Amino acid sequence: MPSIVKPVATHPSLQRNELGLTIRDYEGSMSTLCAGCGHDSITAAITRAFWEVATPPHMVAKLSGIGCSSKTPAYFVNGAHGLNSAHGRMPPIATGANAANRELIYIGISGDGDSLSIGLGHMCHAIRRNVRMIYVIENNGVYGLTKGQFSASADVGSKSKRGDPNRMAPIDSVMLGLSIGATFIARSFSGDKEQLVPILKAAVSHRGFALIDVISPCVTFNDHEGSTKSYLYTRQHDLKATEADFVPPSSEILAQIGQNGAVNVTMHDGGVVRFKGVPPNYDPTDRRKVMDYLEEHQGKGEVVTGLLYLDENVPDLHEMSNTSDIALTKVPYHKLCPGAAALHRLQEDFR
Amino acid sequence: MRNRVNDFALKLANVNGTGSASANGLLMQAIFRMGIPVSGKNLFPSNIQGLPTWYEIRVNKNGYTARSLDYDLMIAMNSQTYARDIKEVREGGYLLYDSSWPLDPELLRQDVHFMGVPFAQLCNDNFRDPRERILMKNIAYAGTLVAALQVDMEIVAELLEEKYAGKKKLSESNTRALRLGYDYARDHFDLPLPFHLEKMDANSDKILIDGNTAVALGCVYAGATVAAWYPITPSTSAMDAFKVFCEKYRKDPETGKNNFIIIQAEDELAAIGMVIGAAWSGARAFTSTAGPGISLMNELLGFAYYAEIPAVIIDVERVGPSTGMPTRTQQGDLLECAYASHGDTKHILLFPSNPAECFEFAPVAFDLAERFQTPVFLMSDLDIGMNDWVVPRLKWNDAYQPDRGRVLSLEEIEKLPKFQRYTGEDENQVTPRTLPGVHPKASYFTRGSGHTKFGGYTEIPDEYQEVMDRLLKKHQAAAKHVPAPIIQRRPDAIFGIVTLGGCDPAVREALDLLAERGVVGDFMRVRGFPFDSAVESFLAEHDINFVIEQNRDAQLRSLLILETNVSKDKLRSVLVYGGFPLSARHVIDGVLEELGLQNKPVFVAAGRPKGEVPMEE
Repeated sequence: MPSIVKPVATHPSLQRNELGLTIRDYEGSMSTLCAGCGHDSITAAITRAFWEVATPPHMVAKLSGIGCSSKTPAYFVNGAHGLNSAHGRMPPIATGANAANRELIYIGISGDGDSLSIGLGHMCHAIRRNVRMIYVIENNGVYGLTKGQFSASADVGSKSKRGDPNRMAPIDSVMLGLSIGATFIARSFSGDKEQLVPILKAAVSHRGFALIDVISPCVTFNDHEGSTKSYLYTRQHDLKATEADFVPPSSEILAQIGQNGAVNVTMHDGGVVRFKGVPPNYDPTDRRKVMDYLEEHQGKGEVVTGLLYLDENVPDLHEMSNTSDIALTKVPYHKLCPGAAALHRLQEDFR
Repeated sequence: MRNRVNDFALKLANVNGTGSASANGLLMQAIFRMGIPVSGKNLFPSNIQGLPTWYEIRVNKNGYTARSLDYDLMIAMNSQTYARDIKEVREGGYLLYDSSWPLDPELLRQDVHFMGVPFAQLCNDNFRDPRERILMKNIAYAGTLVAALQVDMEIVAELLEEKYAGKKKLSESNTRALRLGYDYARDHFDLPLPFHLEKMDANSDKILIDGNTAVALGCVYAGATVAAWYPITPSTSAMDAFKVFCEKYRKDPETGKNNFIIIQAEDELAAIGMVIGAAWSGARAFTSTAGPGISLMNELLGFAYYAEIPAVIIDVERVGPSTGMPTRTQQGDLLECAYASHGDTKHILLFPSNPAECFEFAPVAFDLAERFQTPVFLMSDLDIGMNDWVVPRLKWNDAYQPDRGRVLSLEEIEKLPKFQRYTGEDENQVTPRTLPGVHPKASYFTRGSGHTKFGGYTEIPDEYQEVMDRLLKKHQAAAKHVPAPIIQRRPDAIFGIVTLGGCDPAVREALDLLAERGVVGDFMRVRGFPFDSAVESFLAEHDINFVIEQNRDAQLRSLLILETNVSKDKLRSVLVYGGFPLSARHVIDGVLEELGLQNKPVFVAAGRPKGEVPMEE
């Protein structure tokens, strides 16, 4: 993963966030992905989202597996610890990191090969545990680094660059997430930063696992005619089902009932997700209705995007485990070791 | 009649899932409380109910408690295995069976005393509930053994009382069943048997504990806060025990919150991933597993090695390859763990020999993992992990403080002009690391891909090699920090014996017995890898070193050949790997055969019963 250092010069007119940091402070090294890669747009959205939320950079931990997408944590939030692990293994590593230190904002970057093939089981179980983290699947339908094999998210009939159609049913992370209890599910498009940034900001505040599947065309191996993950196809078939704003906890705002009977969802940290626009009869807090809607529209070949489902009522890994409120890494040793006297007493049980 | 006191072996043949374990444990514990050196080996099947299971108890006043193969008394409670069990009784020994049904005359042996007690009949006559009738048969034979071996009845009563405190009905049933077996035996046989028990005072400073419990306790004391695991025999009880101890000691008294987290992972790939993630964040984290789990963990073990992240792996070894025999013991994971993962990798291994060392080595494992920023394996096995051992009371020094290794504090980071992850090595070739969430200046990108000493990505040969060479030197530096070998020399020794782990008691006993016959050898038990220089010196001192271990491929010997300069001609193997714990007889036979000395039969327990034959009814 070569990375090129960017110049650090900052223009004085750059806007500063609450922490006095500019967006440059949330950037990483220069991307080495192909020019036009969707992943770079996602990187830009992540950079912006963290800047807008004004998370202290070192309070972010960014993790990834292996693949083009997994290179990208090097390209945002330089001040955060990063961990580029093994193929598909990011979810358990992030789970362990979160288990040890619940005070950081965890963002995992993965791809469709990483999450839907080799690491599918791990992703599912991280969802089940409701590990508090932002989990981005940069979904392009192909293996880029090994040059263009289909991934498990490739749609039936979608054509490879050579022209062979995929015949196997895709694994759809959104439907999968709905079926196994994911508590925050979004789909977006790398070319739609306006939609993606608020989703990412809401994800930062989410109580548990925030699954964000972002269609991110691979300009080199999957952007041709006949592909269902190309820029053209996605733009033509993008159905923005929901429109959501994220209002951070610090900005006091009275709940407003959105159009079309849409709802406001208060996040665990007090922030609010305002669903400004949702289709009639759609309720982003009703799993079954969301599934029905997706079945109907995806069946027509539409790419349904937006913050699709949200449930703030499920306890996360730590709440389920009744873990100490402070990071386990901060619990002093004298609280962890029962000491010699306790050992002496205990051993009466072993007589 | 020559009485043999506190020196004999029993074998109890049962059907698993019928409740025999509690009766067998009761006997073992009673003998322990009588102050007599004792060991119990549970030879159980990978099954929940219906298959043969055995439990062996060896009593030895001199403290030799390795498994004995000479059974003075067989308690044959499983008709499926009668033929085999009867064959195993030593000449002149005894066999206790359930005479509710006649024994096939074909199975009788002239040189064995048969003692029949109608256990099923007695229990059917005295208990109503069908399940109880089966369960109580076990306590009834325990009652017979109490009479036959002179187990202290007061101690047995006390144990039952402790066990069934507050469960009046159970307590009453157990006491009644015990009495049934006891009275019948008293009325029908001339007891005690020529070999029996007498109180001693060898156990006042000892405890009875299994290695999995001890290692879990060690992890609590070491300050481990994150545990991730996938259930696997024979390590499961380690995590169960960790949970029990954490519930007891790690609930914050003020908040009621847990100062620990245990995650049951979806598989071992995830379990080690969680450990690595937690350790990267700065927690003491561990997993417990067995060989098949290590196979799955290989990928991320290489990541932790190369990215220099601590991890503690408790490997409770079982019989491989593949599924192998999950409930049988072996030392078959040595090479797999020493070099786990693809590419050039080497790991630190610790070899405890009993539960006391499991406890002692747990904090050592965490200290080494953090000091050397690398995975450390605590190599236990099923025999150590799941059998109850009599060991000295565990000790803890309240002055202990965890060695967190080189982790930069906020103040240290602030003083640094720039942080570069893999530079600034100390005498152990360890470079300082930083934890997430401390300071933006300390951030770095942890990667399993080729990297320079600054932590940046590289594909340039020199830059890659520079880091790999330091990792090798770092591994070598650990040799001085792993527990030193235990060495015992005898004057006039003509050979050395090298062993590890749970082989310890059998090998020591064998060396004593061999010395009595004029075949004198020195003893060394290795306790860590990479090998301390004392290991190589010991090997060099002797023309012949027998390497005693429990695997087919002589894995310890291979490691010694690979990692010391000792000529391999000096190393001869004695290998026992069928899945049961080692006995001194295995060692004696192996050594004598290798030395070309004629091997006369050796009886591990001294003397033979020549007493009167207690008559069957």
